[in-house]
Amino acid sequence: MFETPDLECRDISKSFDDFKAVKDVSFAVPPGTFFSILGPSGCGKTTLLRMIAGFQKPSSGDLLIKGRSVLDVPPNKRQVSMVFQHLALFPMMNIGANVGFGLRQRGVNRADIKRQVERVLDRVGLTGVADRPVDSLSGGQKQRVAIARCMVLEPDVLLLDEPLGALDLKLREHMKIELKQLQAEFNTTFVYITHDQSEALVMSDQIAVMNRGVFEQVGTAKELYYEPSTAFVAGFVGEANKFRARVQSLDAGVQMVTDQGQVLHGTAAGKALAKGDAVDVFVRPEAVRLSRDTALNGNAGQGRVENILFNGANSQLILRDQTTGAQMNVALPQTGEFRDLSVGDTVHFGWEPAQTRVYAGD
Amino acid sequence: MEKRVTFKGIWLPLLLVLPQMLVTAVFFFYPAGQAIWQSLFIPDPFGLSMRYVGLGNFEYLLSNPYYRASFVTTAVFSILVTVLSMGVALYLAVLADRLIKGSGVYRTLLIWPYAVAPAVAGVLWLFMFNTRVGVVTWYLGVLGYDWNHVLNGEEAMGLVVVASAWGRISYNFLFFLAGLQAIPRSVIEAAAIDGARFWTRFRTIVWPLLSPTTFFLLVVNIVYAFFETFGVIHTITSGGPQQATTILVYKVYADGFVGQDLGSSAAQSVILLLIVGALTVLQFKYIERRVHY
Repeated sequence: MFETPDLECRDISKSFDDFKAVKDVSFAVPPGTFFSILGPSGCGKTTLLRMIAGFQKPSSGDLLIKGRSVLDVPPNKRQVSMVFQHLALFPMMNIGANVGFGLRQRGVNRADIKRQVERVLDRVGLTGVADRPVDSLSGGQKQRVAIARCMVLEPDVLLLDEPLGALDLKLREHMKIELKQLQAEFNTTFVYITHDQSEALVMSDQIAVMNRGVFEQVGTAKELYYEPSTAFVAGFVGEANKFRARVQSLDAGVQMVTDQGQVLHGTAAGKALAKGDAVDVFVRPEAVRLSRDTALNGNAGQGRVENILFNGANSQLILRDQTTGAQMNVALPQTGEFRDLSVGDTVHFGWEPAQTRVYAGD
Repeated sequence: MEKRVTFKGIWLPLLLVLPQMLVTAVFFFYPAGQAIWQSLFIPDPFGLSMRYVGLGNFEYLLSNPYYRASFVTTAVFSILVTVLSMGVALYLAVLADRLIKGSGVYRTLLIWPYAVAPAVAGVLWLFMFNTRVGVVTWYLGVLGYDWNHVLNGEEAMGLVVVASAWGRISYNFLFFLAGLQAIPRSVIEAAAIDGARFWTRFRTIVWPLLSPTTFFLLVVNIVYAFFETFGVIHTITSGGPQQATTILVYKVYADGFVGQDLGSSAAQSVILLLIVGALTVLQFKYIERRVHY
């Protein structure tokens, strides 16, 4: 069945003087989706969000909310609401007044405002705080007030502009889960922008990876992680070892030789390759296996442990390949098998051609 | 955490605050004490002898209709100057805050009047409104209005108010603009996206957030209107016509140095001192606490 998307962008562009911040971006967000736009700072994601909110006018393209073009609709008339980076709660109003602000602007009568404010505060788990000042809340609670202030207006689309950026790490981890639950609870379309890949990966139904004003790839978290379609996505989402190489042959996978002279086998991703092409090769740290004594099959080598970055479950080894001198980051297996490795030891390492993704270089 | 230094003895800290204490003592405590002392006496016009009268000077002043009229004049003058200079400044600041290009130039141009001394500002305005050669007076005459602030007390008041407020606008503008720019843009956008139009946003969001600035300027401007407008009044009207523009500070000068009634002048200084004291207390008490987010 075809559903009208809550939000749709058609070839939207935005230029500032000579600089094109957003270039012909098109996407559609089905109702009830948690949609994230992930990208490094300066990639144009904030500009895109501000266009959706109506604070900026696109240079070209069309923007539809619930199937209707909103290009000529000012922010206060659009059925969108926004949670700002620093939440932007009104410091001189108490929590109830903050949440009820939009309703007051709409001329809803006092009794209804009070009832609706209480109900929405209930839903975000903040019962009975309406009369308290904003400053009496913790960071996570303020976050929920900011969401309540938006949700009380029952928007078609809720925009979130890196709302977790101001929180400390522990709370951020917690709020990720909470945000996802709130989204499910309200069943409203969320458009969430962030530069933090783990926020995007954990919460989103769909993620768009944005770079230099264009969407590099749109997909689920798994798709982006396991099947990145461009070199940028492969490098930006998750960690990866990156090599530069040149294609030698294309029979049975890609055979190539790195700048250091090592022969590797890999799987072509993204654009088609030709013999002699310069390519970027990506290998995830957790795809690399280790062995103390026996040489491994596939793409393999022997390396000296240069550093051990111990971080519990996310520990990594930094190896220096003995023949090529290339650096290799390897995830330390969880089994504890290599716990006694120390700097200066020599180990064998190797990984499958299927987990070696090859992209046409620039 | 604030870093504090603890001194062992009493002499070094005393030595460190001494210059400040000296300056305050020589230029404030001594003359202020002298004024309080003198306010209890009536000296002869040549300053050769003094007669102790207790609070007689104050009794005389408070029963003197001219002095009480001067209170009203001062109140009217201060309120008008403060409201006019702050109102215009706020309006300009709100406009400048919306500027994206050229705000630097605009700001610089608006600061200039602040560099003009009050007396010079007075002369500038006097030239424009001079009853014989003033440009504005001439145009008003063409329009059929006979401007004569030398005879008309209300016109005189209007002129000193405008001349005093004019130089003050740039100062207030700077503070208002800084205050406006300190309000996070996202707070205003949050109000906008929740459906508030410009005027509602200004009333419900901007104005309350601006209130610390506003309150500070209110006190500073009242103090300015009370004391620093002497130059303007002296150059334009000399307190006339018929004391219509004689504010308290001007009366201290007129009674003391023109009328040679030093006892009364000293008593007036003491009353002014009390007013400044009250304003200062108000400023410290409220600026830091009440109107603060």
